[in-house]
Amino acid sequence: MRRYEDITKKIDWITVALFGALVLIGWLNIYAAVYEEGSGKSIFSMDINSGKQFIWILFDVILIVVILLLDFRTYESFAYYIFGFFVLFLLGVLFIGVEISGARSWFDLKLFLFQPSEFAKFATALALAKFMSHYNFKFGKLKNQLIIATIVGAPALLILMQPDAGTTMIFAGFAIVLYREGMSPFLIIMGFLAVALFMITLFVDPTYLLFAIIGIGTTVTIFIIAISKKKVKNSLISIAITLVVGGVVLSVDKILSDVLQPHQQNRVKTLVDPGIDPKGAGYQVLQSKMAIGSGGFSGKGFLNGSLTKLDYIPFQSTDFIFCTLGEEHGWLGSFIIIVLFLALFIRVINISERQKSRFARIYGYGVASIMFMHFAINIAMTIGLFPVIGIPLPFLSYGGSSLWAFTILLFILIKLDAHRMQIL
Amino acid sequence: MKDERRHFIKGFFIVIGIVFLIKLFSIQVLNPNYADAAERNTIKEEVEYPYRGLITDRNGKLIVYNTPVYDIKIVVDEFFLQDTTKFCNLFGIEKKYLKEVIAKSKKEKHTYKPFPFLKQIPNHEFAAIQDELINYSGLNIVPRTVRSYPQQALANVLGCIAEIDKRELASANDTSEYYRQGDYVGKTGLEYNYEALLRGKRGVKYKWVNRLGIEKGKYRGGDSDTASVPGENLVSTIDIDLQKYVERLLDGKVGGVVAIEPSTGEILAMASAPSYNPNILTGRDYGENYTMLTQDSLKPLFNRPLMAQYPPGSMFKTLQALVALEEGVITANERIYVDGSLVGDHAPPGYYNVIKGIQKSSNNYFYKVFGRILNKSNTGNYFEDASIGLKRWREYVTSFGLGSPLGIDIPSSKGGKVPTVEYYDNIYGKRRWALSTIYSLSIGQGELLVTPIQMANLAATIGNKGYYYTPHLIKEIGDTGLPLPKYQKKNNVPVDSVHFNTVIEAMAAVVESGTGQYRAKLKDIQVCGKTSTVENPHGEDHSGFIAFAPKNNPKIAVAAYVENAGQGARAAASIASLTIEKYLIGQTERPWIEDYVLKGDFIY
Repeated sequence: MRRYEDITKKIDWITVALFGALVLIGWLNIYAAVYEEGSGKSIFSMDINSGKQFIWILFDVILIVVILLLDFRTYESFAYYIFGFFVLFLLGVLFIGVEISGARSWFDLKLFLFQPSEFAKFATALALAKFMSHYNFKFGKLKNQLIIATIVGAPALLILMQPDAGTTMIFAGFAIVLYREGMSPFLIIMGFLAVALFMITLFVDPTYLLFAIIGIGTTVTIFIIAISKKKVKNSLISIAITLVVGGVVLSVDKILSDVLQPHQQNRVKTLVDPGIDPKGAGYQVLQSKMAIGSGGFSGKGFLNGSLTKLDYIPFQSTDFIFCTLGEEHGWLGSFIIIVLFLALFIRVINISERQKSRFARIYGYGVASIMFMHFAINIAMTIGLFPVIGIPLPFLSYGGSSLWAFTILLFILIKLDAHRMQIL
Repeated sequence: MKDERRHFIKGFFIVIGIVFLIKLFSIQVLNPNYADAAERNTIKEEVEYPYRGLITDRNGKLIVYNTPVYDIKIVVDEFFLQDTTKFCNLFGIEKKYLKEVIAKSKKEKHTYKPFPFLKQIPNHEFAAIQDELINYSGLNIVPRTVRSYPQQALANVLGCIAEIDKRELASANDTSEYYRQGDYVGKTGLEYNYEALLRGKRGVKYKWVNRLGIEKGKYRGGDSDTASVPGENLVSTIDIDLQKYVERLLDGKVGGVVAIEPSTGEILAMASAPSYNPNILTGRDYGENYTMLTQDSLKPLFNRPLMAQYPPGSMFKTLQALVALEEGVITANERIYVDGSLVGDHAPPGYYNVIKGIQKSSNNYFYKVFGRILNKSNTGNYFEDASIGLKRWREYVTSFGLGSPLGIDIPSSKGGKVPTVEYYDNIYGKRRWALSTIYSLSIGQGELLVTPIQMANLAATIGNKGYYYTPHLIKEIGDTGLPLPKYQKKNNVPVDSVHFNTVIEAMAAVVESGTGQYRAKLKDIQVCGKTSTVENPHGEDHSGFIAFAPKNNPKIAVAAYVENAGQGARAAASIASLTIEKYLIGQTERPWIEDYVLKGDFIY
């Protein structure tokens, strides 16, 4: 009895409340997304997604109980095994998985579809946390860096091979974890710059861009020669940077035309010019924005969204679930949801910071990063700030695998946190 | 340092959230375009299917063109019927079919977009229902074109088009990302080979429509629209009048005829018998008719000029002579005595040189000649010689285009067979075979296999005195006025042109006073040719003949094969010479020969 009481006192109820709110809102929202006036189906009807989601939620509760009942040390002890387990699953799905929408990401278990990549995320967070919490761990050592790269890179690569570019991108979020633990921000900044450069190259003719780069580079070099003290060294650096940037632009251009499939190129280009392919990549975003936009300030009201019905938006109860929210609850609704999410992320970070165990802290940041990446990419996509890519919105998107994976992700942290005082 | 990082991270999250809220504010509150909730506008995509390229014959006559048909698509959500019976009667369909289509559309969650309903309604049927169509909502009309063949000939060559299937869609889009479900693609023949050039480019128009399907204007003022680009027109090398004549000559027989213009490799006619009317493979009845053709025991879809592999028979002696002359194992005038004892023969014993050997088609002469080719190296080991000799011989023979597909511009060619040293080694053992084992090759029998087009090409090469252009069916692509690059390439053979003179004289002698004199000799044109009576263990021998005319600067080279028609001098020589006459003069001056062929009952 006492143990039970301990746990209930130590569980971070704020996080659980935020979780519950999101799941509940998510469930209601899914109903709104599939609601058909006059069909008479209740929210629990198994014919529609909301009924099924309810079942997934029930299982989810069981999952939560299991996670909370297991000994908290289990997670750290078995971290590597769990990770290896899911890496094997990721490997297996490439061979015996079923292909849906062009990606071999699921195991067909007859009753439902099991998607290992969803679960590989928390497994990676566990493994990463365990590795980085070792007594002698230092960032600077090359061996450590390589192992980190493998822990994050191996599952990411296997997922990319399905191919599932969206989920692969989530793994970039681990940079946040690394940053917190002391990795130099240099890499992250370089990463951002590379992406920015990539985007610019997409839209500006490489020739003009090269001229611009050379022009800027020359000007800066002259400036340096005029003003700087270490003329030779600094101007050499400036020239080198110009050449590197120019080289990157050229190779990006090459990659764009040769590596990215045309439909992927289209998706990126549609960002700036949604009219480019209105029936293809641009279609979803356009319809999405129209739906969200039509919500106005306070929305059309629960179950009153018309644009998000009748399949005008593909994938509307999964990837584009935010549209229903935007349409039916307007900017206010969007505001509330975004605030809820941000509150969750910040709460998770705060929890992580109060951990005594490095393992728990690093894992906690993993949780925040993974959820944040989903949140950011998914919503950005629905409002046209990011190319269309298949990523669920945590707790809101329909789907068993997704719901359970995020629940496991979050509640392992809650469990670890509940026992944070028991670490010596 | 680490302390601040947590704040940076939190700050970063919050900044992103704010960015979203700002963008959302702009979309939801500030931007009036999106606020239009009353009208549920959506974008309708109208595909403009491109005009497929036309094909004309070498003289500008149209052999393939496009006729309009109509696809009807249904948008189930907008489709509403009061009188189902009347509707079904109008369109000539069963109620069951309509129900199936609607059910399928619902199952695929395709009810808000146009879903395929009826396909390829011919023009005249469409005209009848056109006026009624506006009475029904939820129906989209998509004009398409299918192919029409006014000349009703050349079926195997032209090929056909049909809707692209899943497998083709996957593999085509690996490279081009162009095709979509519902597109028509070439499946066989020229339609298949030149698909990328013929298909043109799909155009598209985007329009705003509201929930009632009423167009509200052009999306983005038409900026995203693209016009369709018609496909390239092709000029074929075929002379359609000649083609039709040859098909008529082959009617009721089984075999193939190929006629080539030697100086360019352009195929003037290519007929396979039995054949079919190309119009039965176009339009709605494609599927049913195609099945029927594949099940026909006489295999009309089998393109004999390209795919039928026969032993060449005596016509091979021309090539044999060229190899022997080039190898120097005989000279042009050298006389060899043969007594007829080595192998069965129609020619009498006596002295033969190259010309007489070909003219009289002496098997024994060529037995000896081939023997000399095999044993040229004279190492002292009889078997070793044969291996070396065969290898060299094979190099010559394959340089004339035998042993592998020539590379014509329609698919499915067979390459014939020219046996290798390894082939015989596997059967008889290494160094355990020689002339006495493989002598059949000397007279164009045995393991040698050729296709009619290869033989026509041989005739062309001889007529040209030492080179050929790869036979092809399209001479001009679009505006370029040129065929594909590989057909512009001259292929030389490693035989000196002086040797060709000898063989050409011999082939002239065949027609003048040899085995070809009865049916192939023409009054004013000097024809050079060679007969073949190809052994057929299953029945009557096959009849074969190659020829080119006129002797100097030949304008046409022909190969004709007729199955089960006996001696080459009869059926094949007749058909070949009639073909030559038709092409060079425009008609035959020997109507009794024409009668003989047309009434000829050579088969089944």
